[in-house]
Amino acid sequence: MSDLAEIISRNQDQIRADWIRTMGKSVQRPDLISKTELDEQCETLLQAIVAGAKGGDSANIRNAGWSQAREFLEGISASRARQGFSPIEVATFVLSLKQPLFAAIRQDLARGQDKLFEAIWTATELLDGLALVTTEAYIATREELILRQQQELLELSTPVVKLWDGVLALPIIGTLDSARTQVVMENLLQTVVSTNSRFAIIDITGVPTVDTLVAQHLLKTITAARLMGAECIVSGVRPQIAQTIVHLGINLEDVMTRANLADAFALALQMSGRTVVRKASLAAESKGILAGPMNKQES
Amino acid sequence: MERIPVLRMGSLLLITIQVDMHDKLALQLQDDVTTRIAEWGSKGVLIDISSLEIVDSFIGRMLANIAAMSRVLGAETVVVGMQPAVAITLVELGMSLPGVRTALSVEAGMELLYGAGAGFRTGSEDDRPEA
Amino acid sequence: MTDPKREVVPLGNSNDVVLARQKVRQWATELRFTLVDQTRLVTAASELARNTLDHGKGGSMTIEHAGVGGRVGLRLIFEDHGPGIPDIEMALKDGFTTGNGMGLGLGGSKRLASEFSIESTPGKGTRVTIVRWK
Repeated sequence: MSDLAEIISRNQDQIRADWIRTMGKSVQRPDLISKTELDEQCETLLQAIVAGAKGGDSANIRNAGWSQAREFLEGISASRARQGFSPIEVATFVLSLKQPLFAAIRQDLARGQDKLFEAIWTATELLDGLALVTTEAYIATREELILRQQQELLELSTPVVKLWDGVLALPIIGTLDSARTQVVMENLLQTVVSTNSRFAIIDITGVPTVDTLVAQHLLKTITAARLMGAECIVSGVRPQIAQTIVHLGINLEDVMTRANLADAFALALQMSGRTVVRKASLAAESKGILAGPMNKQES
Repeated sequence: MERIPVLRMGSLLLITIQVDMHDKLALQLQDDVTTRIAEWGSKGVLIDISSLEIVDSFIGRMLANIAAMSRVLGAETVVVGMQPAVAITLVELGMSLPGVRTALSVEAGMELLYGAGAGFRTGSEDDRPEA
Repeated sequence: MTDPKREVVPLGNSNDVVLARQKVRQWATELRFTLVDQTRLVTAASELARNTLDHGKGGSMTIEHAGVGGRVGLRLIFEDHGPGIPDIEMALKDGFTTGNGMGLGLGGSKRLASEFSIESTPGKGTRVTIVRWK
């Protein structure tokens, strides 16, 4: 390993120049990063590799000795992901170092074939590992962005509405995935507490399909609500979903369900001891709009 | 020694758990509740856990024990104010708190124990008496 | 700048279990886990700390950052030099208890964690490791 460190140190400028040339115009992306900055990044990485090669005894980049190189790569990968570089461009940044590095190794160790092979193998292992680090970091950054966007979309698309004192409704539109379901359900439970609502109607009329994971989350939410002292009613179960649920062997014995939101609402009202009554006196007093304004109720 | 206070409101025992309990404290509470029920002839026990950020299996068992012991002594227990995060975690943990009735708030808990007409409701829009 | 990436909490009595919960809460808050995830972590820690104390006759909990690259998580390691668990599979089943109510401790903690591993040698001790990813 320390052979590698020496070889790189001695030929740093040459290697760096070759490297940038090998990267090729398409990967350099002069539109996204300046030549000076790119040059600086190459220098920093080379120095980090020298430091790692000097300190460590192997190409295992998980070792502490390589943390400087790793952290540097993670940092620029993340920033490149945000800037709009493609994954290939980011990985090629590291991989294109191979050719100039091998060339330098060959030049230095031309006489000892075994040493030559060893050095080249170590170098290739190392650079492959570092390239994968960049890919990992790149993907992580993109996923973070996607997650954030999903969150924002989620908050916009699944409001919890109050139907009546103590009765909430959660109309869900669109496909439910595991992550979305979790967030939506947590939000529902939180609203149950903040509005002191004993009943929560989960309406899935707008949900085309339900898979095992989503069904489990739903059940978990219903159980959690019950633990808290509230009751959930699931409404709008389509025939297809009913079939899926049975096929998946999910037990819905303890769950209250209704065909539609209106029925679920009626049930919630009933369970909370309320009835909707048409006032007989009002009906009698209603003379129709042609007869003039209605009198105020006598009490 | 520090104890969780058990307050008396007529035939009701009111307990508010606000500290992160260590095991001895929890066992002491179980003890105190049963002693008080016998001493005061209480008919209802209301445990407010709205300040509890964690309910693990030990605390869960304590709650279930209190409910069971109270019932033997002729009193009913209601646990109120469970936080959503706690409820979700309990479900994942696999704890179902058998025999423990729950309600969303102290008022709801009292209503559960004493019925809607007992005058404990803080009132909602449609609860005005008929004109 | 010292950024302690791990902390060891001795588990010798029931007050330590409370301390363990508080420490895990602290670390989880710093890593900005969601409230529900924090609750999962602290609850799992409470279960496992109690196991370490009651069955392992005392031991320690180690808290450390987990993750490489983009992934962020918290790792908790519970170690004791107690009697060990002869039948791990049985112990993981809910409801299995050796009298002090270990019933849900292991199986439950497994469900609350993203990753779970356990090593135990009867007569030598036990080590349980859990990780929760953000």
